[in-house]
Amino acid sequence: MVDQMAESGIDVSIERKDEPQAVEGKRHANTCPSCSSHYRDEELRASLRVCTQCGHHFPMPASERIAYLADPGSFEEEAADVRSADPLEFFDLRPYKERLAEAELQTGLGEAIVVGRATLDEHDCELSVMDFSFLGGSMGSAVGEKFVRACESAVERGAPLISVTASGGARMQEGILSLMQLPKTVCAVEDLHDAGGALISVMAHPTTAGVLASFASLGDVIVAEPKALLSFTGPRVVQQTTREKLPDDFGLSESNYRYGHVDAILPRNELRPYLARLLRLFSSETSDG
Amino acid sequence: MSLLGGTRVSGDLERLEEQLERMQAEVTDEEIWRSVELARHPDRPYTLDYVERLLDDFVELHGDRGRADDRALVTGLGRFGGRTVALIGHQKGRDLKERTERNFGMAYPEGYRKAMRVMELAGRHDFPLLTLVDTPGAYPGVSAEQHGQGGAIARSQAVLARLGVPIVSCIIGEGGSGGAIAIAVADRVLMQENAIYSVISPEGCAAILWRDAGEARKAAAAFKPDAVHSLELGVIDGIVPEPDDGAHTDHDGAARLLGESLELALSEVDGTPPDVLRRERRAKFRRMGIHA
Repeated sequence: MVDQMAESGIDVSIERKDEPQAVEGKRHANTCPSCSSHYRDEELRASLRVCTQCGHHFPMPASERIAYLADPGSFEEEAADVRSADPLEFFDLRPYKERLAEAELQTGLGEAIVVGRATLDEHDCELSVMDFSFLGGSMGSAVGEKFVRACESAVERGAPLISVTASGGARMQEGILSLMQLPKTVCAVEDLHDAGGALISVMAHPTTAGVLASFASLGDVIVAEPKALLSFTGPRVVQQTTREKLPDDFGLSESNYRYGHVDAILPRNELRPYLARLLRLFSSETSDG
Repeated sequence: MSLLGGTRVSGDLERLEEQLERMQAEVTDEEIWRSVELARHPDRPYTLDYVERLLDDFVELHGDRGRADDRALVTGLGRFGGRTVALIGHQKGRDLKERTERNFGMAYPEGYRKAMRVMELAGRHDFPLLTLVDTPGAYPGVSAEQHGQGGAIARSQAVLARLGVPIVSCIIGEGGSGGAIAIAVADRVLMQENAIYSVISPEGCAAILWRDAGEARKAAAAFKPDAVHSLELGVIDGIVPEPDDGAHTDHDGAARLLGESLELALSEVDGTPPDVLRRERRAKFRRMGIHA
């Protein structure tokens, strides 16, 4: 009992209650796991990767998220050269280095987060956008460092920081150093707040474990995408530990909203105007008339 | 940096040399696993065993002022080294009844909210804060999620990052992930010789990466949760020695060694102005991590 509870006490795994594979073998990435509608790539991109039949939100690559949020041509990436190292020379069934190389090849990203300056409806802001397809959006030293650089850039320019998270939690392959990215990013947010800066946190599916338990939860305003899993511990581990029947909406945005943990749940097409309104509210300029 | 924490002022020279030797030698996989076992040893001293031996006039403070009193976390005030300090520590239970009451040292968000209230109390009254970390992790349950476990852990770290009084933490057993770091954002972070500090339990890591919880030893050897590796990685500031056969064999001896280390660590940061403390504490965590 003790061992089992101890074992399940800490969870950085990524789980979805509606894992598509579990239902009917390998589902195509463009097939809606909720209503089985199938889309061509360009259709999905045009609909911001939201199922036009049932409203299911597909994962959104960081590049598309930035293209959607930033004014055309305004995004300037920062800290692009920061890459993961392998401080523990970690080897499970495969070497961590190999997993990193493969993730980079498959996603075309250097890490699970992209940061940079941008404007949104002509408001200067800093963007920090995570990408779940890079090792489950896990946070290791490089992700922590890039998020901190985004905070620092926001402070330097007096611009609000918009953070979009999609993460399974801390990156186990970096051991204790990945846990230290929690306080590292928290301290950066506190510096941002001390400088009068704002953090707007957008939680996409999934925002769990170490990322939920650090900077993502410290937003001055927190908004979530519909039906995103936002939980410290995933449903499988909770079920194993408590042996309770979990509520149908366990850990989802809707449950988090009901319990008071997020300010709003917004379908993706409403996110940009909502953020623009917040940027106006947080800007120090006084409007005339 | 006080590499050995209190060892500079305690114990006989021979034992210190032995310890130094052990630390300089490469830590073997067997030694890492021994740490995992000793950190979880049922006879290992817990927070209240140290409180009893190290703090005078201890007054326990209960409740998060909102919902509950989470007994997996003990908070209170006491006298340490001639002055009032605030204390926050995880508490596992000794027997089955107490373990159940204390939820095996796994706190709910209510526990972290109680901790935050005591952190703020310490800040208001200029009491240094001592925290003792000993948890398998924050509790993974339905109501814990509903009451905001992730947010509570995040905000607890934020309160510590903002506090203007000296903070000294020591990992005294299991430093389990988010549940541990929630109370360990400190000016000096120490770790007992046989404690472990990790992002996930060996069993949890094995279950995910090896797809077999039985591979816990392999997982521990890979992510190296022991004190020496934590020191090498710059995650902790010093290692607190334990009695020769481990803290579980001699609670009085373990408490004496811990007390000396805490006092030394506290003296290093005591008297620092609040804004300098805050700045240096944040700068220390800013540096953590190794990337290319």
